[in-house]
Amino acid sequence: MTIVDKPGEDELVRLPRPRRLRVADLISVGFGGVTGRPGRAILSALGIAIGIAAMIAVVGIGASSQASLQATLNAFGTNLLKASPGQTLFGANATIPDNATDMVRRIGPVRSASATGSVNDTVRRTSQVDSEVTNGIALAATKDDLLATIGGTVANGTFLNAATDRYPAVVLGSVAAQRLSIDRPGKQVYIGTQYFTVVGILNPVPLAPEIDRSALVGWPAAQAYLGFDGNPTTVYERSDPSEVDAVYGVLADTVNPQDPGSIQVTRPSDVLAAQFAVNTTFTGLLLGLGAVALLVGGVGVANTMVISVLERRQEIGLRRALGASRGQIRTQFLVESTVLSGLGGLGGLVLGIAITTGYAAVRNWPTALPAGVLAGGVAASIVVGAVVGIYPASRAGRLTPVEALSTA
Amino acid sequence: MNVIELTSVSKTYRGGVHAVRDVSLRIGAGELVAIVGPSGSGKSTILNLMGTLDKPSAGTVHLLGHDIARLRDRQLSTVRARWIGFVFQQFFLSAHLSAAENVATGLLYHGVTRKRRMERAAAALHRVGLGHRLHHRPHALSGGEKQRVAIARALIANPAIVLADEPTGALDSRSSAGVLNLLQQLNSDGVTIAVITHDRTLAARLPRRIEFLDGQVTNDTGVSQ
Repeated sequence: MTIVDKPGEDELVRLPRPRRLRVADLISVGFGGVTGRPGRAILSALGIAIGIAAMIAVVGIGASSQASLQATLNAFGTNLLKASPGQTLFGANATIPDNATDMVRRIGPVRSASATGSVNDTVRRTSQVDSEVTNGIALAATKDDLLATIGGTVANGTFLNAATDRYPAVVLGSVAAQRLSIDRPGKQVYIGTQYFTVVGILNPVPLAPEIDRSALVGWPAAQAYLGFDGNPTTVYERSDPSEVDAVYGVLADTVNPQDPGSIQVTRPSDVLAAQFAVNTTFTGLLLGLGAVALLVGGVGVANTMVISVLERRQEIGLRRALGASRGQIRTQFLVESTVLSGLGGLGGLVLGIAITTGYAAVRNWPTALPAGVLAGGVAASIVVGAVVGIYPASRAGRLTPVEALSTA
Repeated sequence: MNVIELTSVSKTYRGGVHAVRDVSLRIGAGELVAIVGPSGSGKSTILNLMGTLDKPSAGTVHLLGHDIARLRDRQLSTVRARWIGFVFQQFFLSAHLSAAENVATGLLYHGVTRKRRMERAAAALHRVGLGHRLHHRPHALSGGEKQRVAIARALIANPAIVLADEPTGALDSRSSAGVLNLLQQLNSDGVTIAVITHDRTLAARLPRRIEFLDGQVTNDTGVSQ
C-alpha cells in the first residue's frame, strides 16, 4: 500500500499537515472577542486603565516636579552659599563681625557677597496693631546689592539704593506683602515707632525663601531709626560654580575668624533638592498603590475572561469542529485577555498623560513624562493580561468539543 | 475507498450508560446516507464519533483509512479542518460577521490568507445558491438561507464528508425541502454526505438509511446501485 495525496484503489490518503493560525488572523480573532462585547470590555479594562493611569501620573508628576526643580536650579544656580550664626560653644547666640561681607568678597572665586542683619522689631499695617503681632514677618536690614547675590527680582517698584537706604523706606518680600495686604509701592507700614514707606515688592526667591517672609530696610536707616547694631546675621555669597566646595570649606573661617565653629554654612540649592527628595519616598508609596490597582484590574480581566469562556462554549465548540486545536483555542483566549488588558493600558496611558499634563499646568511646572515609564506602563498591562489570561485560556482549551457543543 | 469506517464501536458514558453498543458501519465516497432514529437512539453520539469530536470507549474509527485513536489533538484537529464539514441544527453563525465572513471561517485553521478565504467563501456561497447574499448578516437571512450559509461553510474546505446534524430541524417544511434538495444536488456533484435525523420521511428520500435504536443499528438499507 502506497501513501499518496490523491486517493485511489488501495492507496492511503496522506494525513493533512497541521497549520499554524496566521498572526493576522490570531490578532483579528482576539480583537473580535473583545470588541464583540464592548460594554463589558470597557468595564473590565477600566480597572487596568486606572492602575496604569495612577502609576503614570505618579511618576509623571514626580518627574515634572523634578523638572521644575531642575529649571529652578538652572535659573537660580547652585552656587549660592549662606552663612549664618549658630550658637557659640557656651550656648550664647553667636554674632557675625560687621566687616564679614568685605572679608568674604576677598575670597578668590567669590563673585559677589551681600548680607542681611536681623532687626528686633515688628512690621505692622498701622500703629493701632499690637507691637507683639509679627504676622510671621521678619524685619531685616539689607545691603543694597542683596538681590544680585541671591537671584531675587522686584515685582513692583524698586529695591533700596544709596538714596533710599538711609530713609524710612522698606521693601517687602512676596509673602510679607501678601500678609500685610500690600500690593503696590507707595503704601505705608508701621515699624518700631514710625511709618516706613513701601518702595518695592519682591518676587518669590526660591533659593532664599526667608527673604519672601521679610521686610527689608536699608542698613543705615536700620541703624538710625531702629537701633540696629550693624552686625550682619546672614551673609550670602555667590562663587564660581566649580569652586563652590572650596569656598564652602573656608567660608566659616572668613566670616568669623575668631569663632568659625559658631557659623553655619548652608547651600540653599541642596535644601531645595532635599525637599524634593522627601517627595520621592512618597512617590514610592503612591506607585505601590498604583500597582495594587493594576493587580485588582488584572483580577477583573481574569474574571471577565472566565465568564467569557463559560458563555462562549458554543463558539469554542464550533471552532473545534472547524479544526481549531486545543492550543489554538488557548492562544485565542490568551490573546483576547492580552488585548483587553492592553487596551486598558492604552486608556490608562492617555489618562495618565492627561492627569500629569493637567497637574503640571496647574502647578506651572514643565510637563515631564519619561518615555520608559509610558512604554513600561503599557508593557505592564500586556504582561498582566497575558498572566491572568493563562487560567481562563487553559479552561477554554480543556473543554472537549462535545462538551462545548452541547447547549447545556 | 471508505471515507468513514466504524468497527465494533461502543461508547459508554460515566455511570455506565451505553450510548452506542458494538456498531459497525462504513460510508463510502460519494454516498448520501441518512442516519435515522428517535431521540436517545445514539445517533448524535455516532455523529460525534464519526466527526472525531469524541473518541469511542471500545472499537475503532477509521477516517480515509487512518485510525483516529492514534492521532494527537493537533493532528486530529487538522483532520477535522480538512476532511470533515459540519452542519448543525442551530447553524452556529456569528451574528457580527457577514455571510461570506462566516463561510470563510471554515478555512480559518487552514493557514490560508484572508483574501483567499474570502474568494473561496464567495465561490462556496454561489454553489449553495446564495451568491446574492454575500454581505448580509445572519439576522437579515431567512432560516433556510442561514442553513445554506452553514452548508457553504462546511463545503468550503472540500471535505471528504459533510456531517449534517438535523439540518432541517429548525426549519419550516418549505425551507427543509430546499435544504434537502441542495444536499441531494451537492451529492450528485460528488460530495459525500451523512445526514443525522429523527425525521423518517426526510430519511426516506435519501438513497441509503442506517436506522438506530437504543444505541444499535437495527437496519441498514445498504448502498443502492
